[in-house]
Amino acid sequence: MSTLAYDPRSHRGRRQRQMVTPEGIALPLTVGARGSRAGALILDYVILLVSTVAIMIALFYIAEGVGLTGNFEEISGAGEFMIIVISLFWFIAWNGYFMAFELGPRGATPGKRVLGLRVASRDGGRLTPEAVIARNLMRDIELFMPLILLIVAPFGMAGLAGWGALLWFLVFMLFPFFNKDAMRAGDIIAGTWVVEAPRSKLAAALSTAGAASKGTSTLTGAAYKFGDEELSVYGEYELQTLERVLRDNRPEAQQAVAEAICRKIGWNPGAGDERAFLEAFYAQLRARLEGGMRFGKRKADKFS
Amino acid sequence: MSTAAGTILPATKGPIVNRVEATSAIETAALRSDRFRLEREGEWKRLETILGAMEKGRLRRLSDDDVLALPALYRMAASSLAVARETSLDASTLAYLESLVQRAWFQVYGPRVGFYRWFGKFLGGKLSQSVRDIWLDICIAFAVMIAGTIVGWLVVARDQEWFYTLVPAEFADSRQPGASREVLLETLKVEESASGMSAFAAQLFTNNSSVCILAFALGFAFGIPSLLLLVQNMALLGAFLWLYNSQGLLPEFSAWLAVHGTTEFFAIMLSSAAGIHIGRKMAFPGRRSILSAASEAGQRGAQVMVGVVLMLIFAAVLEAFPRQLASTETRGLIGGFMLIFWLTYFFAFGRNREAEAA
Repeated sequence: MSTLAYDPRSHRGRRQRQMVTPEGIALPLTVGARGSRAGALILDYVILLVSTVAIMIALFYIAEGVGLTGNFEEISGAGEFMIIVISLFWFIAWNGYFMAFELGPRGATPGKRVLGLRVASRDGGRLTPEAVIARNLMRDIELFMPLILLIVAPFGMAGLAGWGALLWFLVFMLFPFFNKDAMRAGDIIAGTWVVEAPRSKLAAALSTAGAASKGTSTLTGAAYKFGDEELSVYGEYELQTLERVLRDNRPEAQQAVAEAICRKIGWNPGAGDERAFLEAFYAQLRARLEGGMRFGKRKADKFS
Repeated sequence: MSTAAGTILPATKGPIVNRVEATSAIETAALRSDRFRLEREGEWKRLETILGAMEKGRLRRLSDDDVLALPALYRMAASSLAVARETSLDASTLAYLESLVQRAWFQVYGPRVGFYRWFGKFLGGKLSQSVRDIWLDICIAFAVMIAGTIVGWLVVARDQEWFYTLVPAEFADSRQPGASREVLLETLKVEESASGMSAFAAQLFTNNSSVCILAFALGFAFGIPSLLLLVQNMALLGAFLWLYNSQGLLPEFSAWLAVHGTTEFFAIMLSSAAGIHIGRKMAFPGRRSILSAASEAGQRGAQVMVGVVLMLIFAAVLEAFPRQLASTETRGLIGGFMLIFWLTYFFAFGRNREAEAA
């Protein structure tokens, strides 16, 4: 069954963690992938850069309008006010952006939200303002200093010291690659981590309609009934793959899977009624496996 | 919907009947696990709607009923998840429930204190407490600052060429070795008007804050870069002290510096101390793991840093106005007052409450 060869869970398996809620339920958390975190970071800085530059340009226009020139000696009250606004605005925007959003109810900046990530406290407690502040104060040495040195050092502008500093700061920049929870330096001192915040929709129940419900195809009227032996060849892993095939609803894939199942259980694959066949097989396989579960018997995959 | 989940049914004689007021979908569902899901999904969806509103910060749109129902709905979803894990093989329902319970968990167990309440508590004792907690690191930073100043003085006193090494060109202007008393006095003079001063203050603030944040962040490297940064800055101060002393202007210069300097140097000392604190706790975590020691120290440091930024606002205002506009005596008085104020606030304020709590 070549279509069943790929399992996305195994790739994510290494990033799975368990968090036990006070109700005693083990809630799976997935540590955010480094790639999506980098994507979120880039997205956030693009948003930040574009919006701050746009607002700065507007502020400079206003400043020019109130008669601000380069001459600080004879400055008007309005012009002076504009200088204050401009210098404070830049500082607050670049230091406050991440803190303000991560303190919000979603615990994520817009970039993280787009990529389905959020910041969480590592000990399972709540995310405190101190933690958010601490993790964001580290950005200077994790990102800006290394980037500046990355630009400066290779051109010999800072000499040997530049190279040394570059190596030093690269340690911070590459920090997330050296621990299994992908924590950056800021996460370590804040006691936080970045986890996936999936927002899955509740898909339709599969066994309510069609061949899954009655075992009869609405298209051809054929009744698909599978025997115990035929159902015993597959386990939960194959069942979930079959579920994906049914939910994706792509005719070619369904045809290929139906043929593979028929070959395996020694049926004669028909044509055109694959969906009904798969629905019936899915429902009956699931009924069998879930029945086994209730008695404490689980079958992980076709090999077990 | 309340009949669907958690109702108690007495045992009755006879065959088992489904007492749930089933909709047609529940009846037609072939699988027990799908019936389980269809009976409960109304409540799951209600929880999802409530969570959506909370995550968007639209708490006011929620009815009182919804807010009251949240903990119960969360617990119900959590137990549904526990049951579904043991009885259902519907991967998409499990994934949905996992994400739903996770989202609900963040909302139910993340009762955020409002910013104003947090800030009130912060000013009303937590800041002072954090500063007291890092007293050892403050001592280290203070010692290093004194040492840096002395080194700066001595080095320049021995060989004036060092002045140009220590002092960046943009600071030196007319303040150089060999400058006459009049020239140096001129740099300390009282300005006639306050024009341009507040703009100056704003820029001072942003500049100093960035330096302090850097000093704090560098503490992660076991505190050593924070110390180096301190030594370098204080050597600069030492060099200037020597310069003004050479023309007998030390008291005037000290007063000029003290206006904002007591606040600003205090802030710089605190930010370095917070950085050193993190480095020290990571190097010597004691019995705890490095990670928990680091996060505890980091959160304490973050509180100190918020205090540092507030102090720097004070310092910038003082630097721009009283320093430039007041005479030597007033300058010294303001500087001394600010120092006493900070010392009292950090080291005496809220001690009684702590003792009571303990």
